[in-house]
Amino acid sequence: MKRFMIPVALFVILVIFLGIGLTLDPHEVPSPLVGKPAPTFNLRQLANADKPFSPKDMQGKVWLLNVWSSWCVSCRTEHPLLVAFARQGRLPIVGLSYKEVRGDGAIDSSKLSADDELIMTRSRAISWLAERGNPYALVALDIDGRVGIDYGVYGVPETYVIDKTGIIRYKQIGPLTSDALDKKILPLVKELEKS
Amino acid sequence: MIPELGHFATMLALLVAIVQGVMPLLGAHRNRSAWIALARPAAQAQWLLLLLAFGCLSYAFYANDFSVGYVAEHSNSRLPALYRFAAVWGGHEGSLMLWVLMLATWTLAVSLFSRALPEAMVARVIGVLGLVSCGMLLFILATSSPFERLIDIPADGRDLNPLLQDPGLVIHPPMLYMGYVGFSVAFAFAIAALLSGQLDAAWARWSRPWTVLAWIFLTLGVGLGSWWAYYELGWGGWWFWDPVENASFIPWLVGTALIHSLAVTDKRGAFKNWTVLLAIGAFSLSLLGTFLVRSGVLTSVHAFATDPRRGLFILVFLVVVIGSSLLLFAWRAPKVGLGGRFALMSRETLLLVNNVLLVVASGSVLLGTLYPLLIDALGMGKLSVGPPYFQAVFVPLMAPLLFLIAIGPLARWKQARTGDLVKRLRLALAVAAGIGVPLVFGNWTPLVGLGLLLAVWIIASGVAQIRDRYRSAAGKRVPRAFWGMQLAHIGVAVFVIGVTLVKGYETEKDVRMAPNDTVQVGGYTLRLLGVRGAMGPNYRAAVGDLELSTDGKVLRMIHPEKRAYFSSTMPMTEAAIDSNVFRDIYVSLGESLGGQDGIGAWSVRVHYKPFVGWIWGGCLLMALGGLVAVSDRRYRLSAKVAAPVAGGLQGASA
Repeated sequence: MKRFMIPVALFVILVIFLGIGLTLDPHEVPSPLVGKPAPTFNLRQLANADKPFSPKDMQGKVWLLNVWSSWCVSCRTEHPLLVAFARQGRLPIVGLSYKEVRGDGAIDSSKLSADDELIMTRSRAISWLAERGNPYALVALDIDGRVGIDYGVYGVPETYVIDKTGIIRYKQIGPLTSDALDKKILPLVKELEKS
Repeated sequence: MIPELGHFATMLALLVAIVQGVMPLLGAHRNRSAWIALARPAAQAQWLLLLLAFGCLSYAFYANDFSVGYVAEHSNSRLPALYRFAAVWGGHEGSLMLWVLMLATWTLAVSLFSRALPEAMVARVIGVLGLVSCGMLLFILATSSPFERLIDIPADGRDLNPLLQDPGLVIHPPMLYMGYVGFSVAFAFAIAALLSGQLDAAWARWSRPWTVLAWIFLTLGVGLGSWWAYYELGWGGWWFWDPVENASFIPWLVGTALIHSLAVTDKRGAFKNWTVLLAIGAFSLSLLGTFLVRSGVLTSVHAFATDPRRGLFILVFLVVVIGSSLLLFAWRAPKVGLGGRFALMSRETLLLVNNVLLVVASGSVLLGTLYPLLIDALGMGKLSVGPPYFQAVFVPLMAPLLFLIAIGPLARWKQARTGDLVKRLRLALAVAAGIGVPLVFGNWTPLVGLGLLLAVWIIASGVAQIRDRYRSAAGKRVPRAFWGMQLAHIGVAVFVIGVTLVKGYETEKDVRMAPNDTVQVGGYTLRLLGVRGAMGPNYRAAVGDLELSTDGKVLRMIHPEKRAYFSSTMPMTEAAIDSNVFRDIYVSLGESLGGQDGIGAWSVRVHYKPFVGWIWGGCLLMALGGLVAVSDRRYRLSAKVAAPVAGGLQGASA
């Protein structure tokens, strides 16, 4: 009888490991950018058309950089949380409008001129924010996605926590959750603001 | 309305699955023929319901119904219709729907082609399959319904992952799942045999053709997956030892062991417990593979959405299915006799060695796959296990196996004489040495020499065996099972030749090319004429125009592409391949190195891959061998002749 229990015993060991494995997150490999200075850029803003925005403008503040676009389905689920969070006024949230026109499969952007693309990006982003509320202190327009490449944007949405000296401290891949906000981002922000 | 209909059909299918899983099993236990009789209609009803559900989901994709969350996530109105259909199984939820539909299809096949079997046995088999289906349907309905609607309807979908927009994906997952899920039939037969306590040779005979069929699909599925990775991922590799690939390869190894072990149990009544354990193991590993892929406990190039709730559900499901089967095995197996005795030098021994080697190989692949998880769980850090481990472990295990392939079929059951074997293999040995050794001059490496020698050894002894068989058959027909076996074994040899020569002699060049630059590889010359822009239905592409020539003679133009899909930030490489029987020329376009399209230089990667096609040709031959074997007269005959006997038994038991 005993030797016939060997397969069961092996299986039990396997299950224990698989169970522990479930509680771990294999994707939790730290992004290479965490701990490094946020890549710098100079982008047009959505509201203040003449004034370009650069991460340097935020020096001395702890802030969030949230990558979004109107065609992104998960951004819709994330947005109400962002709006509610912004209302608390804890810290500034900067939006990075990522490939608003180019990323949209429904538009053939190769037929658009650069000016048209900019106009379209503006009108789409503005109407989206008007409809759902605007959580952003300001929105920078990454029309061609170059900045996204520098930040290693993997998919939209993504959110970065950047400290007073401009160093990326945390990266959230995928939509923010209230869990991630309460347990990871807010404690981290508190700590960063002290220093 | 249509998605709700699909959802409703799935729920009904669950109810039917409960009936199918409970009543026939109880009926067989208590000998109630009315309950037993429920098995077949329940299986057929379930298949119809799941077909309807799957049809509804497909229709939602076809009609671009982006109010359905799953469709919005995985399709797009510009996606060509064929890919919209393939997108049905392009994500987690839809793959599970495909999984249960396949399971229902296998069950349907059992219900239709089992007239020769005792009714109680059929009832148990269908009942076990029904229970498995219950678990999977519960999983779908509780955590992963593809029919859920979005409140906020997007104007267009997010599009299918560009990697998956490929003809290979249209057939690869269905094949793979047919194989995976097909092992459930062998599993159900084994459990039914354990439940009934009649662990004789009969169950092995019945489950043999089913197992081989599942194995054929799995072979094709794994082969197609490898081929797809080769031409779609653009790295020129054909196997990456990626967790998801391993998840399909492990059941294949165990399934291969099972096929051989079933032969022994069927013909000689030996290895009974071992065979049952393998049947449980093959399906359990298929389920474990599903868990690894679907729960996200491992990272992989095949990125799937992860959700801890789903992982927990599958884990519980695994515990219930595998745990209860293994406990049942531990309870019943000690009562089974040892079966036929055999001598040390016999076909049984050789097949046992085959089994041990295959199981150890699958165990080491499993260990390598799970090792990062184990280390992480023990808090010892994060690491990954790469190809060097797998190659180091795999080659020493496979070499003796390949050597035995040639001997096994020659050895007699019960007892074989070594002298006899040597005499019959003399010719094969001579041919192997004669052809194999000279073949490996030039860039000789021990591994290339060994690989070629073993391949020629297998083919030569196969030919010798066919000749012997014809002589001794003396006018009688040689059974198809014999042909099937030889074909599959030669397939293995062809595969080994492909792997060996690609590994040994492939060359690869990474070059910067401006228009009119040339690059030499494997005696061929490639000239870059230019790179132009082109539009696809849902992507923009840079298309390279390269001229392939040899000895100054232009052979053809080839066109590798770099695609930027609108929906994705990752550029996709579409390699261009010129292939013939003896080599592939594989060209992939890298990055633009400055300048405007068509004028500037590009980085280009060129591979010369000798005999790479033989890898998949070998897989195809193995599958074909399986097909020839299942078409053997024996199986068809037993279906007809045994029918009245089964009817008699049914009458007696009723």
